[in-house]
Amino acid sequence: MGGLRAAEQLRAAGYTGLITVVGEEPRMPYNRPPLSKEVLAGRQSFDSLAFRPRASVADVKWVLGTAVVSADVGRRVVGLADGSELTFDGLVVATGVRPRRLRCPGLAARRRTLRTLADARVLRAELTRPGVRVVVAGAGFIGCEVAATAVALGAAEVTVVDPEPLPMLRPLGELTARELLRRHEWHGVRFALGTAVTAFDDRGVVLADGRRLNADVVVEAVGSVPNTDWLAGNGLDLDDGVRTDGLLRAGGLPYLVAVGDVARFPNARYDGVPRRVEHWSIAGDSAKRAARTLAAHLAGTEPDPEPFAPLPSFWSDHHDFRLQCFGAPALGLDDVRVLEGEAAGDFVVGYHRGGRLVGVVALGGPAVTAAAARHRSALLKQPAFTA
Amino acid sequence: MKVVVDTNKCQDHGQCVFAAPDVFRLDEAGRLAYVSGPDESLRADVEDAADVCPLQAITLED
Repeated sequence: MGGLRAAEQLRAAGYTGLITVVGEEPRMPYNRPPLSKEVLAGRQSFDSLAFRPRASVADVKWVLGTAVVSADVGRRVVGLADGSELTFDGLVVATGVRPRRLRCPGLAARRRTLRTLADARVLRAELTRPGVRVVVAGAGFIGCEVAATAVALGAAEVTVVDPEPLPMLRPLGELTARELLRRHEWHGVRFALGTAVTAFDDRGVVLADGRRLNADVVVEAVGSVPNTDWLAGNGLDLDDGVRTDGLLRAGGLPYLVAVGDVARFPNARYDGVPRRVEHWSIAGDSAKRAARTLAAHLAGTEPDPEPFAPLPSFWSDHHDFRLQCFGAPALGLDDVRVLEGEAAGDFVVGYHRGGRLVGVVALGGPAVTAAAARHRSALLKQPAFTA
Repeated sequence: MKVVVDTNKCQDHGQCVFAAPDVFRLDEAGRLAYVSGPDESLRADVEDAADVCPLQAITLED
């Protein structure tokens, strides 16, 4: 997605030269969020996920099913898995992330992850088997979405395992996490919290507290690892993603930019600390900004000096409710207040730092999206703060 | 310019409303309403709206 959006935005920014997009997966870019929701549940077809590229990128060359395996940024050349090389005047890093895997001994046959369309096909086939027992390792957004979908598909047992005491605790804080736990349990998801999967055996998983859980499928949803191996050896800061400046340039080079999940960028809206932000919206926002930076360089002009300052936004669907977020709740976990409603129903929670609203999360039925959106303009008006 | 929203895909996220407020809005019930034949001057906004739709439900037809 980041690659496609970057190509489209390079055209929108006036770049008319050659563009080649290289992708490891053997298909055109597609929309991933439904993989854990509509598509896994069978409400939307696999084929419906492909993005519709803008007409402006009809002349872009797509090299698909071929990973980028190396780069010499100084010589401006990348190496592909088939042994070929591509030279460039400008490089957009949009290699995203891959699922982090558990480091546990034992049988690997039942272990699954969910990142690609191919992953979703495999998982859907398994979750729709009658009487299936499912363990989800990781109570984050993807783990909890998969658990909710598995219950809806009629799985006999669905248990989410996480070392934290509540699901989605670190991104959302205790008040919201406690309510998420209650709603998931009400819908039939079981939780094994404060423990972790330590081994796999022929019946399922072994937990750190000694319990065993029978499982036909184990979904590992324990975070992600940025795909930066191919950039090694170039002197770039690749500690948890590609470190960029406020214009999304990496390594101080005007012809190298990074976008999406793999980019670790400072957000001028907040404290300027470089962070990776794995929200769907950031792929599009960062592609737009990075393309403007790169197109200016390729045209021999100075880039717009206004630093990247996106308002983060994400959503997550579970059972019959939605979580809608604007801003950065994780920056305001010490001061959380209910702004509207009450925890048992639809409600809106505000996250504050230094007394200022930095994030809003709404939880509930269809009306919560609009409820959260009413606080969006307040978030946009907040001045930046310093750490 | 013709705007088409696939109502089977749309889940009323409202991201399009922020990108193109002159074309899209959420009504009191939180449901999407939109102008199907907006002015040509709004093309860039509608393109942005199509980009930010989480379900990719918006199509721009010439």
